[in-house]
Amino acid sequence: MDRLLEINGLTKKFGPITAVDNISFSVDRGEVLGFLGPNGAGKSTTMKMATGYLSPTSGNITVCGSDVRRNPIEIKRRIGYLPEGAPLYGDMTPHSLLNFVSDVRKLSREDRRRGIEQAVESLHLERVLHQPIETLSKGYKRRVGLAQAIIHDPDVLVLDEPTDGLDPNQKHEVRELLDRMSSTKAIIISTHILEEVDAVCSRAIIISQGRIVADQMPSQLEERSRFHNAVGIRITPDNAEKCMSILHDISEVRSVEQVIQSSGLSELVAFPHNGGDIIGPVRSALDQNGLMVDEMFVEKGRLEDVFRNLTIGGAPNESGDDTGGVGVQEVANHA
Amino acid sequence: MRNTWIICRRELSAYFTSPVAYVFIVIFLALAGGLTFFFGNWLERGQADLQVFFIYHPYLYLFLIPAVGMRLWAEERKSGTMEFLMTLPISTGQAVIGKFVAAWIFAGIALLLTFPIWVTVNFLGNPDNGVIVTAYVGSWLMAGGFLALSASVSALTKNQVVAFVLAAVLGFVFLMSGVEIVQAFFRAWAPPKFVDSVAELSFLTNFGDLSQGVIDVRDILFFASVIGVALFINTAIVEIKKSA
Ligand SMILES: Nc1ncnc2c1ncn2[C@@H]1O[C@H](COP(=O)(O)OP(=O)(O)OP(=O)(O)O)[C@@H](O)[C@H]1O
Ligand SMILES: [Mg+2]
Repeated sequence: MDRLLEINGLTKKFGPITAVDNISFSVDRGEVLGFLGPNGAGKSTTMKMATGYLSPTSGNITVCGSDVRRNPIEIKRRIGYLPEGAPLYGDMTPHSLLNFVSDVRKLSREDRRRGIEQAVESLHLERVLHQPIETLSKGYKRRVGLAQAIIHDPDVLVLDEPTDGLDPNQKHEVRELLDRMSSTKAIIISTHILEEVDAVCSRAIIISQGRIVADQMPSQLEERSRFHNAVGIRITPDNAEKCMSILHDISEVRSVEQVIQSSGLSELVAFPHNGGDIIGPVRSALDQNGLMVDEMFVEKGRLEDVFRNLTIGGAPNESGDDTGGVGVQEVANHA
Repeated sequence: MRNTWIICRRELSAYFTSPVAYVFIVIFLALAGGLTFFFGNWLERGQADLQVFFIYHPYLYLFLIPAVGMRLWAEERKSGTMEFLMTLPISTGQAVIGKFVAAWIFAGIALLLTFPIWVTVNFLGNPDNGVIVTAYVGSWLMAGGFLALSASVSALTKNQVVAFVLAAVLGFVFLMSGVEIVQAFFRAWAPPKFVDSVAELSFLTNFGDLSQGVIDVRDILFFASVIGVALFINTAIVEIKKSA
């Protein structure tokens, strides 16, 4: 494995504020790392340091084997960066901006042609290529920002909220683009869209108040959710009561909640003990009682729920690297 | 070098895609011409030279150059494009010089557009064109001095109005340090050597010779050092501000 980005003990203080607090992680070629965390958690600050814009208060950053502070120009060559909010020169057109960036990045004639062509095509910029950037819609600005980050085919791609403001089609296309590029690069994206983590990331880091509170594969994160392996049931309201009591009586089921009432159906969720498999017992109990349900499904777990547990309620545990089921136990039972 | 030129080219094209450039040039030309004809009584003087034209340049620059320089870094910081620019593989020094040179070229273009007055004076009489060329070069050097000061001040703030005011004040200090009132103020308590060196720092004093066609290497060195030192400080400010 090719370690393209390595961050060690990174800390950034803005006066009294500690925006990033002793963060360490690394990203290999082929990985897409999702950077999650509430507003003000320190995601953008970490990215600004990794790309050589901000200087860390302490800690080390290594990109493709070079130290960011020692070889700032060299590492900037290897990185493609979309800063938060995609700030770009409004007076330029996407065409002139991409050419400007290719100039600065010293692309050969051939690389430039291919780089610009591919970026324009995959981000669908043809229509706005000669329109001043300041007159573009938010989504198009973001796409131009993405295009300038990828034209030089960088080893490391750092994208701060790349899909913010994109329409659903574009979001989908950008995810596919990231997927295509992922095998040859190390990619970090920050996002507030949790489904995106499932869709594109091979790993996710959740940070809260400047600290890493989780660093796992999305599926592992989902397992930390109290919804992991829970069974959801949609049933007509008349039968909801009965169904609820049947579920309660199953020994493998820890608790049952009535979640919502939608489109004339009641939705119940049966939670297992410690994330165990309960679909079998639930199914046979319902069969035995001859209860017809409209729908039944097993939940993988909800990132939203994990995210909330890890990031609400003040500072993370002092113990730091908590890989256990934080939050799952204490929240589970109020059915 | 190459990066500096790339930055410079981008900046220059930015000037001419915005109306600011044209407004600036029109105002510069109107003021330069107006001051020469109405206050300088250029035609009535009956002398074939551009003395009264150049004599107003320091005062014109005092207000007009900060208007060009104020946006150099303040705008970049305000709009966030500084982050985009400074995460490209260029050094801070290259960005500082590139931006400065673009603005200086722009000021040079405005200055060159005053050429009709030169044509006129040649049409009406027989001026010493060597003197005029020297004065033009001196004027451009002085513009560079004002501009470098404005650029570094612009890096201090996100607010262009603040940048303008600070640059004008700083320019005023450099402009006036040779004037009798300021000199008298220093002479009252400071040793003569110090008073002289304050006078040496004056844009007016250093421009004075050049504007009359006297090529004094010290004057040229003076403006070159002001530009050099100011841009060095500019680079340091950008570094500090971006890392803060
Ligand atoms: N230049 C600065 N000066 C002072 N404080 C700053 C500065 N930049 C960021 N901060 C603070 O650092 C903390 C982390 O900010 P950061 O922008 O990294 O958050 P984020 O995780 O990207 O949030 P968001 O999801 O809203 O983008 C915040 O408390 C913010 O107020
Ligand atoms: Mg952010």
